[in-house]
Amino acid sequence: MNPDSENKKGRMQGMLGALLITGVAAAAMIVLIGGISYIVKYGAFHQDYGVFRGEPLSLRHLGGIFRLAWSLESRGIIQAGLVVLIATPIARVAFSFAAFLMDRDWMYGLFTLVVLVTLMYSLVGR
Amino acid sequence: MTLLALAGSLLAGFFGAMTGLGGGVIIVPMLTLAFGVNIRYAVGASLVSVIATSSGAAAAYVREGYTNIRVAMFLEIATTFGALFGAFVAARIPTSAISIIFGIVLIYSAFLSRHAPRKTGAEKPGFVAAKLRMDSDYPSSEGRTSYHVGNVPAGFGIMFAAGGLSGLLGIGSGAVKVLAMDRAMRLPFKVSTTTSNFMIGVTAAASAGAYLHMGYIDPGLAMPVMLGVLLGSWVGAKTLVRTKSGRLRTVFSIVIAVMALEMIYNGITGGVK
Repeated sequence: MNPDSENKKGRMQGMLGALLITGVAAAAMIVLIGGISYIVKYGAFHQDYGVFRGEPLSLRHLGGIFRLAWSLESRGIIQAGLVVLIATPIARVAFSFAAFLMDRDWMYGLFTLVVLVTLMYSLVGR
Repeated sequence: MTLLALAGSLLAGFFGAMTGLGGGVIIVPMLTLAFGVNIRYAVGASLVSVIATSSGAAAAYVREGYTNIRVAMFLEIATTFGALFGAFVAARIPTSAISIIFGIVLIYSAFLSRHAPRKTGAEKPGFVAAKLRMDSDYPSSEGRTSYHVGNVPAGFGIMFAAGGLSGLLGIGSGAVKVLAMDRAMRLPFKVSTTTSNFMIGVTAAASAGAYLHMGYIDPGLAMPVMLGVLLGSWVGAKTLVRTKSGRLRTVFSIVIAVMALEMIYNGITGGVK
């Protein structure tokens, strides 16, 4: 490997690391802000998690979550932070996809695309 | 409840990082056994914390150059499909069954963490590994050491199971991933642990999307768990460098075994919600 491509590889890894750190830190900040407003609002209110009822529909889908977060509803803000967290590894896969395409590595580009589409379907689909 | 979950998650993250078992395997028994949380909410909160710690740790690992991105990407096809399948099954089986399976996997993880895996690399690349150009090298004291990748089809199969357990139980199933890469594909130890960690976040993201739609992720519960585990594991990873963790691991393995038996017992007697 020539020093030039070694350099490029190091830069890519640095960017990838920065992407992961930024995603997790941003998610933690949003969850923390939502969490503080959640505690202020609900305080010592003891929610019972003993029986599974499932979340309300608005907290299950991206559209509903971002609408609630936009109106500064504490549960919506936390959930939006969690969506940012789930999106972080997905962004990481998208990044690798772009890197394989730039290397003209079509086979691994295809593998990565399969993973990316599966992840997008899981988060956005239905 | 919020403060209790936060304190418990801090401890879980701390000891999970110290022992290398990860926070996920402790969060679910803690929430269900100690706090009486329904196991479906517990796995949802646990999975979210798994993504946070894995992505945080992966950021440090990718710079060091141990992670084999090709192996990771190819095997992620197996783990993401496995994870979706696991989440699909989780929604259709009773909580007692989830609890029993969790207990068994917990015992296995604790057992595996006590036995250091072999470090030998494969002598020659497997057929599939050669076709997929997976052989690579890693940094060592003698410069870059190259290695071969062994049995990829077996590794792929085990990875599907690892993804399935992750989606079913809300854990990273790092122990099963390391098994696939150490024993089947015979990657060097440091390569398999970092590559496994790299994959955990992607696998968990696949089932987390499904969990979100299934209503398993409750913001009021996931919030203290995620923040607690993230902070705890960060402090734990810093402490790891300075302390010898031999005795701690022994104590921790016993605690895990007790929790595992209790989960199995509760599952059988119907004590789990």
